[in-house]
Amino acid sequence: MLDNILSILIFFPAVAGIFGFMIHKDSMRAYGVSVATIEFALSLWLWYSFDSNVSGMQFMEQLPLVESFGINYLLGVDGISLFIIVLAAFFTMIGIASLTDTKNVKNMIITLLMLQMTMVGVFVALDAILFYVFWELSLVPMLYIIGAWGGPLRIYASVKFFLYTFAGSLVMLVGMLFMAYFYYQATGVWSFAILDWYRLILPENFQLWLFGAFFIGFAIKVPMFPFHTWLPYAHGQAPTIGSVILAAILLKMGTYAFIRFSLPLFPDASTFFMFPIAIIAIIMIVYTAMVAYAQEDIKQVVAYSSVSHMGVIVLGTFALNVEGITGSIFLMIAHGVVSGALFLLVGVIYDRRHTKMMSEFGGLASVMPRYATIFGLMLMASVGMPLTINFVGEFLSLLGFYQQSHILTLLAGTAIIVGAIYMLAAYKKMFFGEVTNEKNINLPDVNKRELVALIPLSIITIWLGVYPKPVLEPINNSVESIVQLMHDKSITQEAKSRIPNLVKDMDNSPEEAN
Amino acid sequence: MLEPVNISLESLNLVTLYPMLIPVIGALLIICIDIFKGGLDKSLYVVMSILFLLIDFSVLLTASDVFANDGTAIGVFDMMLIDGLAILSQFIIVGASIFFIPLAMSGKKFHEASYPEFFAMFLFTIAALQFMVSTDSLILIFVALETSSLAMYTMIAMHNRNKSFEAAVKYFTMGALAAGFYSFGAMVFYALTGSVEINQIATVLAANGYADMGYVLIGTVFMLAAIGFKVALIPFHTWAPDIYEGASASMAGFLSIVPKIALFVVAMRLFEFLIHSGVIWLEIILYAIVVITMTLSNIWALVQSDVKRMLAYSSISHAGFVMAAILIGTTQSNTALFLYWILFSFTNLGAFGMLWMTRQKELISSQTTDHGYEKFAGMIKTSPMAALVMGLFMLSLAGLPPFALFWGKLYIISSAVTAGYTFLALVMALNSAIAGYYYLKLIVYMFMKDPVEGMNSSVYMGNASLALKSILGFAALGTIFAFVALNPLLEFITAFVYNSGY
Repeated sequence: MLDNILSILIFFPAVAGIFGFMIHKDSMRAYGVSVATIEFALSLWLWYSFDSNVSGMQFMEQLPLVESFGINYLLGVDGISLFIIVLAAFFTMIGIASLTDTKNVKNMIITLLMLQMTMVGVFVALDAILFYVFWELSLVPMLYIIGAWGGPLRIYASVKFFLYTFAGSLVMLVGMLFMAYFYYQATGVWSFAILDWYRLILPENFQLWLFGAFFIGFAIKVPMFPFHTWLPYAHGQAPTIGSVILAAILLKMGTYAFIRFSLPLFPDASTFFMFPIAIIAIIMIVYTAMVAYAQEDIKQVVAYSSVSHMGVIVLGTFALNVEGITGSIFLMIAHGVVSGALFLLVGVIYDRRHTKMMSEFGGLASVMPRYATIFGLMLMASVGMPLTINFVGEFLSLLGFYQQSHILTLLAGTAIIVGAIYMLAAYKKMFFGEVTNEKNINLPDVNKRELVALIPLSIITIWLGVYPKPVLEPINNSVESIVQLMHDKSITQEAKSRIPNLVKDMDNSPEEAN
Repeated sequence: MLEPVNISLESLNLVTLYPMLIPVIGALLIICIDIFKGGLDKSLYVVMSILFLLIDFSVLLTASDVFANDGTAIGVFDMMLIDGLAILSQFIIVGASIFFIPLAMSGKKFHEASYPEFFAMFLFTIAALQFMVSTDSLILIFVALETSSLAMYTMIAMHNRNKSFEAAVKYFTMGALAAGFYSFGAMVFYALTGSVEINQIATVLAANGYADMGYVLIGTVFMLAAIGFKVALIPFHTWAPDIYEGASASMAGFLSIVPKIALFVVAMRLFEFLIHSGVIWLEIILYAIVVITMTLSNIWALVQSDVKRMLAYSSISHAGFVMAAILIGTTQSNTALFLYWILFSFTNLGAFGMLWMTRQKELISSQTTDHGYEKFAGMIKTSPMAALVMGLFMLSLAGLPPFALFWGKLYIISSAVTAGYTFLALVMALNSAIAGYYYLKLIVYMFMKDPVEGMNSSVYMGNASLALKSILGFAALGTIFAFVALNPLLEFITAFVYNSGY
C-alpha cells in the first residue's frame, strides 16, 4: 500500500467528496472532519515512512497517460514537498473542524475535499502536464468558495482571482510546451517529466525566455508585486475558511513551483534575474507593509502582511544557495501556519461582531483574554520574534541572500522590522485600552471548536520555533541536491560563481560568493 | 462513329461509395415509409436514423481497415478519394450525428421532429458531407456543399418560429453568396490549370512555377471566402450568431460541429499545398484571419447576454483555433485538428444539449430571449445536477484541464510551438484566457447568484427525456475521461494523417 500512498493521498479526499453527496447534511460536518482526519493521518504516515537521509524523490509512481506525447502520471515526494503536503492535510482538517455555521455546509465541505485533492496533487506531481492539471483545477473550488460564500463583492473578487491566475498559467503552459519540444529535439522523444527536463542544458537566451514564461505563471500565483492586486480582493471577500486555505497553501504553489521548476531548469536565467527579482521582492516587502499600515480592516492588514512575507520567501529562494532555499521552504511552512492562524483569528472576531473594522474594537484584551493571548502569540510569530516558527525561516532566508548582496539583505531586514510596526499598531487598536464600544463588553471568549484549531497551531508555532531540526533536516538534504544540480548545469561563469558548489573535493579553485 | 466506351466495373471501385450510399438509402426508406403510412411517431424515425448511421459507422470501420492495409483508394472515374483524412472526418461526421439525432426525442413536442422529411434530410446532409470529404474534385465538393446546405436551410426553417425563418433565409442568402464565391474560385483554378482535381492543380501549378501568381491569388481568395463563410471565419461570420439563435439548440449544436469538419478537410486539401508552395501572401492572409477570428469573436462573446449567442461566438473562436492548425500545416497540427474536433464535439454536444434541455415553449415575463444568462441564475440551488454538468461543459470549453478540450488545445498549441509559430502559440494561449471570462460568466450565474422567480427544475428539466439525459450523461463522461482515450486516439489519427501525406 505504501507504494501508492501518494495516489491515495490525492484521490482519497476526491472520492470521499463524491460519496459526500449521499451524506445527510446534518452529519456532513462529522463526515468531513473524519475524512480530513484520515487524510491527515495518511500524510503523517507518509512523513513517518519518509527516509530523510535520501535527497531524491521517494514513493515514486508512474503510469503512462499519453505515451506518444510523453505525458505520464508521475508522482514523487522529496523533502521540499513533504511538509507542504502535511500542512495542506492539516489545514483542511482544522479548517473543516472549525467551520462555523455556513449555509450549504454540504457543498462547502465537498468543495474543500476537492480542493484538497488538487493541493496534494500539485505538490506531488512530477510531470509538468500533471502539475498543470492540478494547478488549474485548484482554481475551480476556490472560485466557488469565494464566489458563493464571500462578501458583497464576492463575484468580482472570485472572477478576478480566476482570470488572473488562468491567464498567467496559460503563458506558463506555452513555456512548458517549449520545454517539451526542446527535450524532443535533444533526445527524439517527447517527455513532460520534470526529472527528465532537469538533465537538459539549454543555451542562455532560451533560458531567459522560458524563465520569463514560467515566471508570469508563478509570480501571479505567489502573488508578486505588481501582480498582487487580485489577492486583497480575494482575501477581503472570501469566507474565513477560504482565506485560510488560500494563504496557507494555495499561495505556496507559486513559491514551490519556483524551486521545483525555475531554479533547476534555468540556473543561468535564475542568476541573471536574481537581482531584479530580489528588488521586486524587497519592493513587495516594503510596499505591502506600508499599505497594510494604512488599512482599516483587520483582515486586509493580515492579507497585506501575508503578501509582505511572501516577499521574504521569494528573496530566500533567489539567494540560490542552500541556506536561502532551505529557509524559504521552511518559511513557506511557517507562513502557512502563522497566516492561516491569523485568518482563523480574524474569523473568530468576525463571527461575533460581523465586522472587521479595527475602529469597532478596542480593549478586547480584557473581554477576551484567551483570544488576545493567542492573537498576540501569532502576531509575534508573524513579525518574526526569535523562538517562533517564522524567525527560523526569515533568518535563514536573509542569511542566504546575505551571501549574494549585503545591501539588499540589509534593506529587506530593516523592512521586516519596520513591518512589525503595522502589526503592533493593529494589535494596539484592537486589544489595548478601554472597551469603548458597548457591543464588545459581553463578547464570549474563544470556544472549544475554535480552540481545536488554534491550540495545535500555537503548539507548532513554538515547537518548530524552538526546535526546527526534524523539519529542517529533510528539507536541507533535498535542497542540497538541487543546488548541486544547478551548479553543475549552469553554463555562465556568473552562475557558476553565484551558485555554490557543494562537492568539496572538486579541483576548481574555491569559489567564494561575493 | 463513336467507339463504345468500355469500362470494367472493377476499375470503378464502387466500394468507395458504400459509406455514402447507406444514409442515402436510409433517407429514401424513411420517405417511402411515410408514403405508405403517414403520421407515425418520431421515435421510429429517430431509431431508423440511428440504425442506418450505425451501419454507416461499421462500414467506415471496414474502410479504415482497408486504408490501413492498402493505403489510399481511388474510385468512380477518380472522383472518389478515400484517404486517411476522408476516413477520419467521416468518423467524426457520422459519429457526432449518431449523438445528435436522439436530441430530437425531446420531452416537449417541437415542430421539426414531427416531419419524417426532417430525418430524411438529416441523412441526406450526412451523405453529402461524407461525399465532400472523400473527393479531390472541386466539382463534387461543390455538389456536396450545395446538397448539404439546401437540406440544412430547410431543417432550420422547420423549427417553425419567426426567428427560425429569418435564420433560414439568412443562411440561404449567405450560403448562395458563398456558393458563388466557390464556383468563381474553382473556375479560376480550372482556367489556370485545366483541371478540377486538387492534386492535378497542385502539380500543374508547381510545374509552371506559379507563373500566373495574380490569378492564383484571386482563386485562393475566392476559395478562402467561400470556406470562410461556411466555417464562419471573421469577416465572413455575420450569419452565425443569428442562425444559432434562430435554430433549435440541437440544430445549432449540429451546425457548429458536423458541417464544419467537412469544410476543414476541404480547406486542408486545398490550402496545404498552397501554403507549402511558398505563396507567402496566402500565409499572411490566413495568419491574419486566424488571429482576428480568435480574438474578435472572443471579444464579441464577452458582451452577449444570451447563452446561445455566446456559444455561437465561442464556436467561431474555436473554428479560428482549428484554422490555425491548417495554417501551421504540419502532420502534428493536422493531427491536432482532428483530435481537437473530436474532443470539441463531445463538449459542444453537451453544451448545446443542455440548452436544448432547458428549452421552454413559452417564455416567462422576465425573459427577453430563450437562453438569457438570467435564466440560469441560481441553478445550483434548484437543479444541482444539471448545473454541475453545465459547469463541466463550460470549464471544458474554457480549456481547463483535465477536461476534454484542454488536451486538444494543448496539442494544437504544441504543434504551433514545434513549427516555430511562437507568436501564434501565445495568441492562442491568451485567447483561451479571454474566453475563460465568458464561460465563467455562466458559471457565476449558475453557482453564485440567487434564482429568478419562476425558474425551477421544471423549467431546467422541462424538455428532458431519457434519450436526452443519456446523451448528456455520455457527453459528460466523455468530457471528464477524455484523457483515457487520448493515447490510442492520437496514435490512430497520427497514423492516418501521416499516411495520407499531410
